[in-house]
Amino acid sequence: MTAAQRFPHRLTIVTGHYGTGKTEFSVNLALALAAEGARTALADLDIVNPYFRSRERRELLEGAGVRLIAASQALADADVPALPAELHAVLEDRSVRGVLDVGGDPSGARVLARYRPRILKEDYQLLCIVNAARPEVRTAERSAEYLRAIEAVAGLRCTGLVNNTHLCGETAPEDIREGAALAEEVSQITGIPVVCHTAERRFQDRLRDLPLFPMEIRMKKPWE
Amino acid sequence: MKREIWKGSEAIAEAAIRAGCRCFFGYPITPQNEIPEYMSLHMPQSGGVFVQAESELAAVNMVYGAAASGVRAMTSSSSPGVSLKQEGISYMAACQLPAVVVNVMRGGPGLGSIQPAQGDYFQATRGGGNGDYRTVVLAPANIQEAVDLTQEAFDIADQYRNPVVVLADGLIGQMMEPIVWKERTPRQLPEKTWAACGRRNREHNNFITSLLIDAPACEAHNLELARKTAEMEKNECRWEEILLEDAEVVLVAYGTPSRVAQTAAENLRGQGIKAGVFRPVTLWPYPYRRLREIAARESVKVFLDVEMSLGQMLDDVNLAVAERKPVRFYGRCGGAIPHVSEVERAAMEAWKEVK
Repeated sequence: MTAAQRFPHRLTIVTGHYGTGKTEFSVNLALALAAEGARTALADLDIVNPYFRSRERRELLEGAGVRLIAASQALADADVPALPAELHAVLEDRSVRGVLDVGGDPSGARVLARYRPRILKEDYQLLCIVNAARPEVRTAERSAEYLRAIEAVAGLRCTGLVNNTHLCGETAPEDIREGAALAEEVSQITGIPVVCHTAERRFQDRLRDLPLFPMEIRMKKPWE
Repeated sequence: MKREIWKGSEAIAEAAIRAGCRCFFGYPITPQNEIPEYMSLHMPQSGGVFVQAESELAAVNMVYGAAASGVRAMTSSSSPGVSLKQEGISYMAACQLPAVVVNVMRGGPGLGSIQPAQGDYFQATRGGGNGDYRTVVLAPANIQEAVDLTQEAFDIADQYRNPVVVLADGLIGQMMEPIVWKERTPRQLPEKTWAACGRRNREHNNFITSLLIDAPACEAHNLELARKTAEMEKNECRWEEILLEDAEVVLVAYGTPSRVAQTAAENLRGQGIKAGVFRPVTLWPYPYRRLREIAARESVKVFLDVEMSLGQMLDDVNLAVAERKPVRFYGRCGGAIPHVSEVERAAMEAWKEVK
């Protein structure tokens, strides 16, 4: 299944508890859509984290034909809550596939409220990332609480869950399966469907029974 | 044991709570805001106290007060904020109060940048406050170690009745890594008979002050502190040796740059150069003796000190090596992170000089 089939809506809004892997997923999704030939833009709307933001992968993204929309270069290393004006280009230009990488937690999702009226007019999906290795959201109840709180501040309903359970370089297929079980539980509580499970390509063969979105680790640490 | 993914700052906060910290006082500053944020939610749930103070000065003096009452207390900040806390650290050292101060370093001097750095080495290891005192300085290189050292910091502080500094660089504060929560064996610690926690059934009140206006009394007090300093130097020194047994090029680095150095050393070995890494875990006491032994080895040809600052630990490397072998330096600063290829190149150049 192609990325465009897996994520059929024009706008993909990526939310979740911080540290669940929203940026890694967003960067991978944008690269996959661009590789399939879609005009793709990735908007870095993270006003929460000071490091490890998608804007750090500008070269990689632009080299692959993804337009990166982020706070101005002058603010690239800052943590001021400034949002890029160019975001409107993605929201309004219906020929563009947009991936919105939103900051973690309800506090990060607050930026969405400002664009809510526009988003509601568009063909969008709002994804919530589930990660069973993150202590704050390792139970279905806590995951669902975060999801509802994010929906409340954004004023938008979540339409899909993505299981992105990993342990950085120490991930094993069993960890992804544990996350899959958690995502199913969250789905039962919330009534929101599980869209897919992410996995590094090297695990694909061992997880064939799951609907997978294959990824490559892009947000590496300086020594990796 | 169950592995979990934690962000460094929140892991440090949880580690402190699990180590029995019941008072946290702080003031926000990037890149360690997740520590006070985590504490604000979880400290009250653990029966403790969280206060967002009006300033770093207020926060460190609240720690002074809580520590004086015998409670395990902590504050955290980043570089410029830690500068403001130096007075409080000196006062706590003077009053022999145990406390943990976490510094998640960013670019300096002054307000600097919010990206990772190690420019507070001198401040942490030489004493940023006034007077003759020392603090044990623990420098984690990964999130597991940040957890383990934060917990042990409380034991060290209580054992010597002295503030302990956890000196992390911004990457430790912000990156995510898998950790396990280990079963911990706390140290055997003396009872806090000195605590100002009410008269109870004592004959006397416990007074805590750093003012010793009579010079001989002040000198005697300093000498008592110096005896503790000697004990800490004797007992608390630690380091890690990576690929060092047959190394000809020794990279010296602490914190996350040691991981850059390790990758560089592995790459250099792939090119036939025997490189290894010496990583101080305590920056004070500094592992001079071990580094001196390594410098004396015939196999060792040259040292390369790697930092996210402009040659601060270099002073200690030079003190240890004492001109037995050449010492070279590579550092980035202001929030820039040394790249593996840059460190590799610097090590290669140092090696070519001596081969």
